Amino acid sequence: MTDTATDLLFDLTLTDEQRMNRESMQRFAAAEMRTLGKSVDAGDSPAQDFYPRTAELGLTLLPIPEALGGAGVERSPTSNALIFEDLAHGDMALALGSLSPMAFVNTLLDQGSDAQREQYLPLFCAGKFKAATTALLEPRATFEPTAPATTATLHGDGYSLSGTKSMVPLGMEAELLLVIARLESGDSAAFIIEGTPLGMTRTAEANMGLLGAQLATLTLDQVQLPASALLGGGAFDLQRFIDLSRIGICALAVGTCQAVLDYVTPYCNERVAFGEPISNRQSVAFMIADIAIELEAMRLMTWRAAARAEQGLDFHEHAYLAKLFCSEHAMKIGTDGVQLLGGHGFCREHPVELWYRNLRAIAILEGIASV
Amino acid sequence: MINLELAKKHQETFEQTMMLAEHMMRPYSRKYDKEEHTYPKEMEEVAKLIGGARSAATGGTREPIPAGTVVNGGNMGAVVGLFGLCWGDVGLFLGMPGSGLGNAAITAVGTPEQVKKYGGSYAAMCITEPGTGSDSANISTTAVADGDEWVLNGEKIYVTDGQRCDTLVVWATLDKSLGKAAIKSFIVEKGTPGCEVTRLEHKLGIRASDTAAISFNDCRIPKANVLGSAEIATDAEGRKKAFGGVMQTFDNTRPPVAAMAIGVSRAALDMSRELLKLEGVELKFDKKPVNLSAVEAELCQMEAEWHGARLLVLKAAWMADNKMPNSMEASMCKAKAGRVGNNITLRCVALCQSLGYSEKYLLEKFARDSKILDIFEGTQQIQQLIVARRVLDKSSSELK
Repeated sequence: MTDTATDLLFDLTLTDEQRMNRESMQRFAAAEMRTLGKSVDAGDSPAQDFYPRTAELGLTLLPIPEALGGAGVERSPTSNALIFEDLAHGDMALALGSLSPMAFVNTLLDQGSDAQREQYLPLFCAGKFKAATTALLEPRATFEPTAPATTATLHGDGYSLSGTKSMVPLGMEAELLLVIARLESGDSAAFIIEGTPLGMTRTAEANMGLLGAQLATLTLDQVQLPASALLGGGAFDLQRFIDLSRIGICALAVGTCQAVLDYVTPYCNERVAFGEPISNRQSVAFMIADIAIELEAMRLMTWRAAARAEQGLDFHEHAYLAKLFCSEHAMKIGTDGVQLLGGHGFCREHPVELWYRNLRAIAILEGIASV
Repeated sequence: MINLELAKKHQETFEQTMMLAEHMMRPYSRKYDKEEHTYPKEMEEVAKLIGGARSAATGGTREPIPAGTVVNGGNMGAVVGLFGLCWGDVGLFLGMPGSGLGNAAITAVGTPEQVKKYGGSYAAMCITEPGTGSDSANISTTAVADGDEWVLNGEKIYVTDGQRCDTLVVWATLDKSLGKAAIKSFIVEKGTPGCEVTRLEHKLGIRASDTAAISFNDCRIPKANVLGSAEIATDAEGRKKAFGGVMQTFDNTRPPVAAMAIGVSRAALDMSRELLKLEGVELKFDKKPVNLSAVEAELCQMEAEWHGARLLVLKAAWMADNKMPNSMEASMCKAKAGRVGNNITLRCVALCQSLGYSEKYLLEKFARDSKILDIFEGTQQIQQLIVARRVLDKSSSELK
């Protein structure tokens, strides 16, 4: 067993700030995201019209130091995980897009140099949505996030980047991108890219889900970057970045699965077959009980990894296992959500097929959603 | 503030029970598995040492908790202690004086006098009957008032520690035609005329723990030995409340049983990881699960399931410590830990192949011991029923 003794009590009570923040996130998610998310998925509304509206949530403003124009609230992985969960309850794709700039900001706060923080963070404090993102995944079966094939070679005073990044949230719009690559030494590094430099191509992706996140593929062909683009000016702790992202991805899964549970519960209570609600049958009721049970375990594992990160304890294994657990059970909950609605679940009139498609991504996503 | 690490005192409890488990329980695991029904006298020393943890399944203090205060108390201490002791041996734990679930009932619903007189005794629980298992509202053992006494008649089975306990908590009905509301529990001292152990079961696992059949033939006990009120509620609300009170004992006893599953499955995982390490298989938590070998992926998956189940147990116990109603959470953790504990121990046997199946190691024993934990204190399916009724807001007549 790997528990580390702390002086804190085991506690699942939210702080007052977290409780109040959750309320406003949940209100926003219900009012602004659920209906729109479906419409964006159907191609009826453009997602880029939505993102500016998230500025009111102050997602990026909070953790930025006051000296740089932010609110100076210490970055809290636990509070961030709660935000991811609550926004995903509205719509996972839009949540992912909304939180991409925060993931960029969090990583800059975590591993950037003072000069980089001073240069970029004030841009996120203007009260407007600033599209930014992080790019780690590469389009290859057996891809390992710790071993990106994108290379960064020394070139003159700076670096030359070549490779391909996939499933990059806000990939078409992002003005600031953090791209993960491998140095000639074999070490990992992260580079801040502004706009679309020569040699970089952005291609909108068509995927089975997550349309609202505006995922794109970035092709880098000898993209020249100044030495100052190297995050933190040296080696990048890629594992830490992956682990913090996994907590965010787990929280997205928790929020989406909660949405599934909240939807199938009244549906199965109202749907009548053989003269009574289908939820009077154990085969249906037990499936719902198991959704509730596994979802709670997903949540607790996510919270534990987040709280460990927040306390400065080692959290690699906890984030790894939470991601594994959430990947498995989120998909099971996704497929059970459709199953419980039967043929109706298969039709796009109901949102369960959308959640099914989005939840398939939980096992795949890496290096986005850093808390 | 959200923190899912154990408080320091509970981390210490855990470490102490792991020491006891390793040095004072494991050496006897195989012996008492082989010698079914033999009293494991060496466990008396362990029982003495855990002393406080004896209240394994008790609800802790009855004092109200001031607002804004967080308690990590007896319920959490009990499950954490059980993580360790049942890493040692579930059967030996269950066969240990003071581990009886009857103690939980007495502490939860007994009067101060009853708690004083019987709380420290070795109390076993008699609920199940030959014709009544999960439908415990259907029991037919009777209790009839006669002067200053109750007269009990009926047959009880699956009484854990029924042979070696001092006291029995017996569920009986005052009038079967009045249904659940007429079910009361009674304290019977062993040796009372008319109360007799008729048989000990031969079992798949937990062989160190005796499982008795006990018959009651005109067994007379004092009037004062009824737990809770002897009145039979007449209105619907009162009837529901009366039986609910009896059933509430389970909110306190389910997390501990779930904790036993956490302990035994941890034991199986630790042992399998050691044996696999000898063959060069080690978990590094580096590659993505889809890129792992099958055996590594299976181990990782089991680790993840184990952690998830463990946190559900801690949550249910934490809620009990903080006086939050935890019926649903108690059932959630019992359902999850019960099935995860059984799955893990069985998969570990398969992973280690001949070594897993052999009596040379304890893996096969863990796999036999774990099965009962998905059954007693309510089967997994009963737990699912309870969770489903709560989530779907249904009565027991709607969702049967």
